[in-house]
Order: sequence, then C-alpha cells, then structure tokens
Amino acid sequence: MREKILTFIEKNSRVDLGELAILLGMEQADVANELEAMEKEGIICGYHTLIDWDKVTDQRINALIEVRVTPQRGHGFDTIAERIYKYPEVEATYLISGGYDLLVTLEGKTLKEVSAFVSEKLSTLDTVISTSTHFILKKYKDHGTILHEKKDDERMIVTP
Amino acid sequence: MRNPLSDTVVNIKPSGIRKFFDIASERKDVISLGVGEPDFDTPWHIRDEGIWSLEKGRTFYTSNSGLMELRTEICNYLRRRVNVSYEPDKEVLITVGGSEAIDIGLRAMINPGEEVLIPQPSYVSYEPCAVLCGAKPVIIELKNENEFRLTKEELLSAITDKTKLLILPFPNNPTGAIMERHELEEIAKICIEKDIFVMSDEIYSELTYGREHVSIASIEGMKERTILINGFSKAYAMTGWRLGYAAGPEKIIDQMRKIHQFAIMCAPTTSQYAAVEALRNGDNDVAQMRESYDQRRRFLMNAFKEMNLPCFEPYGAFYVFPCIKEFNMSSEDFAFSLLDAENLAVVPGSAFGDSGEGFIRISYAYSLDKLKIAMERLSEYVNKLRKKA
Repeated sequence: MREKILTFIEKNSRVDLGELAILLGMEQADVANELEAMEKEGIICGYHTLIDWDKVTDQRINALIEVRVTPQRGHGFDTIAERIYKYPEVEATYLISGGYDLLVTLEGKTLKEVSAFVSEKLSTLDTVISTSTHFILKKYKDHGTILHEKKDDERMIVTP
Repeated sequence: MRNPLSDTVVNIKPSGIRKFFDIASERKDVISLGVGEPDFDTPWHIRDEGIWSLEKGRTFYTSNSGLMELRTEICNYLRRRVNVSYEPDKEVLITVGGSEAIDIGLRAMINPGEEVLIPQPSYVSYEPCAVLCGAKPVIIELKNENEFRLTKEELLSAITDKTKLLILPFPNNPTGAIMERHELEEIAKICIEKDIFVMSDEIYSELTYGREHVSIASIEGMKERTILINGFSKAYAMTGWRLGYAAGPEKIIDQMRKIHQFAIMCAPTTSQYAAVEALRNGDNDVAQMRESYDQRRRFLMNAFKEMNLPCFEPYGAFYVFPCIKEFNMSSEDFAFSLLDAENLAVVPGSAFGDSGEGFIRISYAYSLDKLKIAMERLSEYVNKLRKKA
C-alpha cells in the first residue's frame, strides 16, 4: 500500500486526503496514518513544487558541477560531501561512479553567484582536486514531467 | 441503372453510435466520456521499436500468419498469463486488430442458417459480422441483477439444435463485467455437453481490477473448441496500430488464415515488430496503466454513490455502466439531453443492444481532471432532472 501512496503523491502531492483514499480504495484514516508514519521515518522527505522558472525570469541559471576530490582516510567521501552540501546555495549533491566523484547542482542562481561559489568556496577546499562547471541551457523534462508539452486529445469524440 | 447494392449489407442497421457521434462532434467544448480507446500514448519503447523497424527498411509483407517471432511471443504470453499452450506455427494467426479476428473467425466457422449466440450488451460488431456470413444471431440479454455476467440458465434457454457458436465478450465493453472461473466452468460444461464452440473475445484481458482474468480456453476440454481473440489495442494503448490475433485449434486457424490471406495478406509489418517489443518488455507499462484505470474506476464509483446513481461495481475494461431508469427516459434521450444541457457526451447503453436500454456507458479512459469536471456536470444534470420530477 505504501508504494501505491508514494507513486501517486510523487506526481501529485497536493491531492486531497479524502480523494487519495477513494482513488486507492483505502480508508482516509489509514492513508493519513501511513503518510504520517512515512514522514516520521524519513521516507517522505518533503513536498515540493516543480516550477518552470524560465517562464518567470531569465535571470536564474542552473549549473552542474563535476567535482574530483581526494577521499579521506576513515571517512571516504562522506565528510567532504557534507562540507559541500551544507552550503545553502547547493541544491543537490550526489556521489558518482566514473570519471569524477561528486556531482553538485546549483539552481536558480545568477552567473555571478555560481562563479563566486565555484572559485571562492568549492575550489578552495583542501580535498577538492578539480571542478568542471556546466550550465544548463534548457530544461526539456524535469522530475518526469515534460515542460514544454501541451497535447490535445486527438481521439475521436465517440467510438464503440 | 440496377441496384448496385447487396441486400444483406443494406439491411444491416448502422451503428447506434454513429448518429450520436455526428451530433456530438459538431459541438464545441464538449467533454466526452464516449471513447472506447485508451488515453495513454503507446509506451515509447514500443513506438521506438516500430520506428527502428522502418529505419532498417522492414517494409515488406510478413508471412500470412504473421512474424514467427511475434507468434512465439504471443504463445509465451498466453502460457504465462492465461495458462494455455498454443503452437506458434499452427495455432496462432496475427490479424488487423481483434476486429478482423472476429470477422474471419465467424466466416470460417459458420454455415448459413446456423445460430450464433451473442450476449448483449456487447461490442457492436458481433451481430453484423454474424449476419454477413449468413448466421442467425441469437441475442442473450444479460441482466443488471447478474452484474451483466452470462448465467448458465440464460445460456441453456438460448440453445437450439442449430446453435453452433457462443461469443463470450468478457471483460465486457460496454458494461465492464467480467466472468470468474467458477462461472466459466459452468458455461464450459454446457458448451461441451451441447457441442458448441466458443469465440472468446478477451481484448480487455489485461484490464481487470482485483480479480484475475480467466480464459475459458484454460478450462479442461475447452481449448479444442475455443477461438481466443486478443490484441494490443487496449493493453498497450496501441489502437491505431491495428494489431490483434486469434489462437485456437489448427483446423479452424487454417481456414481463418485462408480468408486472411485472400482479404488482407498480412497484418501491418511495422505494428508486428512493435508488438514483439510490447510482449517482451511491456508488462510494467500495462501495470502502470492498469493502476491508473483502477484509480479512476474507484473515483467514478464514489461519484455515482454521492449522486445516488445506481451502478454495479465493474471489475474489468475501462467502462462503467450506470442505470438511468429512474428518469423515465430512453438512454438515447438521456444522452442527447445531457449533451445539450451540460456539454457532456456519454454513449447510450442501447447502442450495444436492446438490453443496454436504461443504461449509459461511461468510459474512464480519461485523465482524473477531466473525469472530475465530467462528474460535476453529470451531477448537476441529474439533480436538475430530479428537481423537475
């Protein structure tokens, strides 16, 4: 049941509790209890809104930064990752297999802010060997949602 | 000039949906719940396989029966999902949609004057296809109180010494009814006793909710007297690809292939390649679509409960079939005046046979957002009618 709730609210967290209960064939109280439990257990980590900021302003840019670091004895990458993700301007931090170690994303910043962050904060960390910054030029699809698509129902209006 | 037309064809009633379609499609801002096909796009990996086959230049006829690769996958699928084993080289024929399989199956099996049992309400093509091959269609009127399932009593009372074939349309369009194993076992027993064949139209087999789909062909003694019809339209949202199949005894498939070979050649090649991919890697897509339909089904059942509109709970397809008898209107009048008053299109139950009179078919192959608006309109209309009364 948990998976059904999660699959649904992952796409639409604003759904009314009563409606969600009807759609999943559950009691409203049970859905509420499950949600609360999953929040407590840290399974549900937040309820966010997917925004196409490009339609609001052209001042915000998003950057992906590949970071190569020296892992530390006894801590691996965790400590260095923590030092990086604690900066409030960092949107996400992932440990990556392959050519570099950490992928750091910055969202909704100006060019100045990104460059200041990389040159003054990130590259000055002792353990950081190198950084490579990519700017996102256009978002086509985010969180499973195609951002520029508007599709009409092309089916015939009545069919047997 | 002489009359250029065939009397048999001229005498076939045009589809009851046609008239409604003409009127509904002229209106603007109509919300329609009248569509009998999925609202989902064909999953991308399936489309991609079709595109790839075109890029590679696979643009020729396939064998009459269809790609061996696809027939093999179909046999794997049927063994896995309904527990019936067929030989891909002898017992399967790929057709242009399930509809072609219905047509040529009847033509391969029926001699003029033989009787074909057609439970109604059901899909609109069985009766005309039976008439076209000279059969005498015998209608079995399914009943709301049985949740529109076929009972053994109904079957027995329709059988004569001319009865040749029973069409078994479950999960059902338009009612959403299904048949469960113990019910099918009763039907099977009668068919064996009375030596009747079955054409089991299982095009909605992947869309059942909380109940497993059972094929009558999986019941002992039935495989040899059943033509199982299925296809890709509903399960994989592939209506426009026009691809279905029939599986059954070699003797019958051989004759169906003959008609298919002369009338069609082979089913569309691109669609056949895409269908191989659907069967190999499509289970997850089907599960996701099924879950969405199920949510919408529950939403509608709850909406009917709130507006006090009686409707048995259907466990299959993507239709609900609420009863509108309290308003003392024919289903056609109800559908037309609902369209007029609220710009909401539903299909009159009578379009699927006389026993659909007093009901409307509502399709839930629509997004929840659309269904919500539609249910507001329906509720508004129902309340208006009740106030008037």
